[in-house]
Amino acid sequence: MSAAAIASPSWRIRRRRRVIDTVMAVLLTAATAIAVGLLLLILGYLIVNGLPALNLAFFTERPKPFGVEGGGVGPAIVGTLIVSAVAGVIAIPIGIAAAIFVTELRPGRWGAIVRFSAELIAGLPSIAVGVFVWSFLVRGLLGKYSAIAGAAALAIIMIPIVARTTEEVLRLVPGSLREAALALGAPRWRVVMRVVLPTARAGVATAAVLALARAAGETAPLLLTALGNLFFSTDLLRPIAALPLQIYQYAASPYDDWHAKAWGASLILVAVIAVVSFALRAFAPRVPR
Amino acid sequence: MRSGRGDRLFAGGVTGLALIVPLTLAGITLLMVDAAWPSISTYGLGFLTSSTWDPVKEIFGAAAYLYGTLVTTAIAVILAAPVAVGAAIFLVEYAPRRIAGTLSFLIEVLAYIPSIVYGLWGLFVLVPLFRENVEPFLQATLGVLPLVGGLFGGPIGGRDLLVGGVILAIMILPLLVAVSREVIAAVPTAQREGMLGIGATKWEMVRGAVLPYARIGIVGAIVLGVARAFGETMAVTLVVGNSSTAITSSLFVPGYTMASAIANQFVEASGKLYFSAIVEIAVLLLLVALIVNTLARLLIRRVAGTPQGFAI
Repeated sequence: MSAAAIASPSWRIRRRRRVIDTVMAVLLTAATAIAVGLLLLILGYLIVNGLPALNLAFFTERPKPFGVEGGGVGPAIVGTLIVSAVAGVIAIPIGIAAAIFVTELRPGRWGAIVRFSAELIAGLPSIAVGVFVWSFLVRGLLGKYSAIAGAAALAIIMIPIVARTTEEVLRLVPGSLREAALALGAPRWRVVMRVVLPTARAGVATAAVLALARAAGETAPLLLTALGNLFFSTDLLRPIAALPLQIYQYAASPYDDWHAKAWGASLILVAVIAVVSFALRAFAPRVPR
Repeated sequence: MRSGRGDRLFAGGVTGLALIVPLTLAGITLLMVDAAWPSISTYGLGFLTSSTWDPVKEIFGAAAYLYGTLVTTAIAVILAAPVAVGAAIFLVEYAPRRIAGTLSFLIEVLAYIPSIVYGLWGLFVLVPLFRENVEPFLQATLGVLPLVGGLFGGPIGGRDLLVGGVILAIMILPLLVAVSREVIAAVPTAQREGMLGIGATKWEMVRGAVLPYARIGIVGAIVLGVARAFGETMAVTLVVGNSSTAITSSLFVPGYTMASAIANQFVEASGKLYFSAIVEIAVLLLLVALIVNTLARLLIRRVAGTPQGFAI
């Protein structure tokens, strides 16, 4: 009796500790399973509902009014390409320059200011960026909804992504390379343009394409600026279609046929973003985390 | 250092382009406050406390939108934080390294899906599920309880604050996991070894040595998640209802959030005050984002250095 009485509490405590340990391991595994399961669930719905909507006409034709068979999201695909490209032309040089400024030119206080501003812009809700361009360009300077306003909004969203990713890559270029070039008598600008940037070439390209892929999926800022268009348009001063806008319009409609098209367009959008992002990830040089 | 003409040109060009970044931030803030000024000066603090939003009489109070944003954000964080922190602990402390890499990658993929696609999925998958099954169940079980019952009362429509919060929870999950994973991974190994060395079980090690050390960073991650949820627009706009500006206790009300109010009304905002009031809502989102992001980054930096969750 006496020996068992002394032994039993410690045995019980040990068993309790073991049970708690197992229960927690199971709960933590379950949390991970939920997160991964949600992804698989969403992708599954996207593929099952999106695939039936896809055919050649879906990529090339313009949207038909409700009740008319067929039709596609051709203008939206063209529009997304145009708006993203223009946004890239604006944002990529600024982003790369910001990264060079922060790593090569002014690593001190000014560099910190540029980097912190970029971080804060990255943290802005995209709708706020949209409202800014809407009030400043659409309701202000330009006076109308237009593709160029959409590109401006996307550019603001892209700049911090380009800047941050480029900065990480530039930091990977060994300091000894810079020192070697400087020791040979090369001026600073030549060191950056001919040694540092070419060494980091692949990474800088990754930064640019990653930002483009991210911008292509944005909806809210385009809604307030590019507005959308049912016709093919390449005019930067007119409203233009975009895939996310087309999805929004189709999804918010009451028609089953349009819902199916919304799934199809979403599948295209996600597929493009996924292929681009992961192809880059596979081929780009490793950025240490 | 020798500084030739080429160097001066180069430095000038790069500096000029780089300074566009802080100037853009300043420009966004100042020009938006300027555009919102008619509304700010007309309604003052009443803009935040009144829920009367009447474009015809030009009376604008955004309290109902503010309420919708706070409620959906709260639901999102309450649902997402435990799952995200749990998954982060699992990925760092429990999973074999190879599997951890693959699983982290899969969760990261969630961050690549555009907001509008979450909205589509929410509208056609979550909304019917909640209307037919989840919400009637909640009403029958939790709805009869004394204190919290009011949250689950009223008619069920499926497009409401609750579903808005759920879709937000899914959307902020990858960000929360990524940042929590980083701050947990930044806990020194010696901390863990010390705890295991005195005979702790794995969970006791996590609870006693890892979590206290990473706590500030995890709070920072959650704050970042709040910032993200606060301004999220398209997904919420599609599922939150956008029809009632009454503030009631029920989560089943088809309400608005600040972002969804903007997305729904900007086209109609022709009058000067209406326009200005819409911009003021965006200014509120902007200010919250600036404050919260600054705070969160300070918290995370204290634990894990520069946060990598930045570009997500």
